[in-house]
Amino acid sequence: MRRTFFESLSKGPLTEAPPKPDKAALAELAKSIDRAARAKLGRSLSIREVDAGSCNGCELEIHALNNAFYDLERFGLRFVASPRHADVLMVTGPVTKNMRDALLRTYNATPDPKWVVAVGNCAVDGGIFADSYAVAGGVKDVIPVDLHIRGCPPSPTELLKGLLALLESANWKAHSG
Amino acid sequence: MALLDQAARDICVLTYVCKDRSFPSVAAKHPPALRLERAIESLFGLKAVGLPDPRPWLDLGSWDVVHPLGMPKSTGKPAPYAFLPAEGEGLHQIPVGPVHAGIIEPGHFRFTANGERVVRLEERLGYVHKGIESLMAGASLKSAGRLAGRTSGDSTVAYACAFAQAVEAALQLTPPLRATYLRALAAELERLANHFGDIGAICNDASFALMHAQCGILRERTLRAAEACFGHRLMMDVVIPGGVAHDMAQQGAAAVRALLVEVRRLFPRLIELYDNTASLQDRTVTTGIVRAEYARQFGAGGYVGRASGRNFDARRDLRYAPYGDLKFEVPVLEAGDVNARVWIRIREIEQSLSLVEQILAALPAGKVKVTVRSNGRICEGMGVTEAFRGDVLVWLRLDAKGRVSRCHLRDASWFQWPLLEVAIEDNIVADFPLCNKSFNCSYSGHDL
Repeated sequence: MRRTFFESLSKGPLTEAPPKPDKAALAELAKSIDRAARAKLGRSLSIREVDAGSCNGCELEIHALNNAFYDLERFGLRFVASPRHADVLMVTGPVTKNMRDALLRTYNATPDPKWVVAVGNCAVDGGIFADSYAVAGGVKDVIPVDLHIRGCPPSPTELLKGLLALLESANWKAHSG
Repeated sequence: MALLDQAARDICVLTYVCKDRSFPSVAAKHPPALRLERAIESLFGLKAVGLPDPRPWLDLGSWDVVHPLGMPKSTGKPAPYAFLPAEGEGLHQIPVGPVHAGIIEPGHFRFTANGERVVRLEERLGYVHKGIESLMAGASLKSAGRLAGRTSGDSTVAYACAFAQAVEAALQLTPPLRATYLRALAAELERLANHFGDIGAICNDASFALMHAQCGILRERTLRAAEACFGHRLMMDVVIPGGVAHDMAQQGAAAVRALLVEVRRLFPRLIELYDNTASLQDRTVTTGIVRAEYARQFGAGGYVGRASGRNFDARRDLRYAPYGDLKFEVPVLEAGDVNARVWIRIREIEQSLSLVEQILAALPAGKVKVTVRSNGRICEGMGVTEAFRGDVLVWLRLDAKGRVSRCHLRDASWFQWPLLEVAIEDNIVADFPLCNKSFNCSYSGHDL
């Protein structure tokens, strides 16, 4: 253990420079986020992840945000265990009819002001599962969505770009508003 | 119904015509078939005569129809689901899910506990049911392949391979040798990435963050090597019927060799760390034991079976290409606890590293795909591959135009989920995350 530990200390971090916030995401957010919310949330956001029907591919890449290379927490973003502690709901998957109620209840349990980030192509409009009897549609068909991060699945870098745009929007208004 | 004769290494597929929309229950004599038959009743409306547990499965009463794959009809409000009883003094229930605390898939667990001790766990699954089988019906091979590769995202390569094998069996095609080697390379990278991630996550559930961080680094490096080879971190849509979508990128082999060097440098130290940390061993040894007779009875695949003495690996026992040409061992242990499942995965990482090396050394030249054309007839085929968590079986029927008319995808989780209920019995509630992660059953692969 000692060797691994000291090596980690002496070799410097693996963490990579952050990507630039995604421009399209900034534009989408500018429309959807109101001033009061931005002022209140400021720089640190707690995220509650909800799998509403995904194939688990998106979850794997969301997990990767916590590894040494992407180190999400350096931006003040962290995953929390309960919607009651969250500012952001990060929702994946086509929303299955079997998960619709659970998603709604999770949304209602999240205190205001809150944002919803829909992750992955399926979360946009149901993706390749859209035509099924068992699928309610994209996330926006069940709860209001502030930001979409596309991809199948989006890579951790793409996820970071979207989340940084979210943070930047929050920050910008907090200072100017 | 598919049956394996393990001694003869042969699988037979039985077809039974349900004349009066019913069939004799297999679960009446063989419990592992229970949830599959409940799902058949819920999805197709076919009655399993003699089924010991007639409650619905996968259907949670929110589809607006019943029997969506049979003769659908709309429904009113469903009857409440009755969980199995647990009676006795001082028992209390803990309902967990479908939304869990971590970044994981949704499902419902109903614990009945006496203080800390779990008396009964009952699972209720189906929350991520997307109706994959209904979407498969009438789909082109391309769309069907994309669906198969998104049945359980963590096993996308294994699913795509099994689907491709099934199509190739139906159309009597043989993919080029180079394609089978590239498929195996992708499959072993997928296995490595999942094993690294899960070993770290199991240790993290025992609050040992150092292993989690270090294994996370190895997982990330594996995904980056995969991306260098195939242009996608999880390698989705790389394997297609007839071969692979495109050849390995030029820088691929070097990226994989660099990965092997890095893993061989770091991983032995992590194994030592796992083995010598008493506080970690205290949590994993003798926790969540699966008895050998259950593993055998349920045909539990993957590390769940192999940690409990079931000596089966589809790569070795069914010898699909190119594994007949490659040398590897299938580790088997008897203890059946969380620790044994971790050790099976450690040993499998070592085997996969050797397999990757052999694949790179022996990678034949040539084409990477053949054209897939319908033969103008209705035909059926089956494929079985060894995903990181166990055997994936895909059976399909193609119509005369070469479209999929029926396709069933069966994840190893169907026969592992029921064993988790038994494994947790008499353990403390706090050890459930550890047991659950050591199984890491697929929700999406099971719920379809």
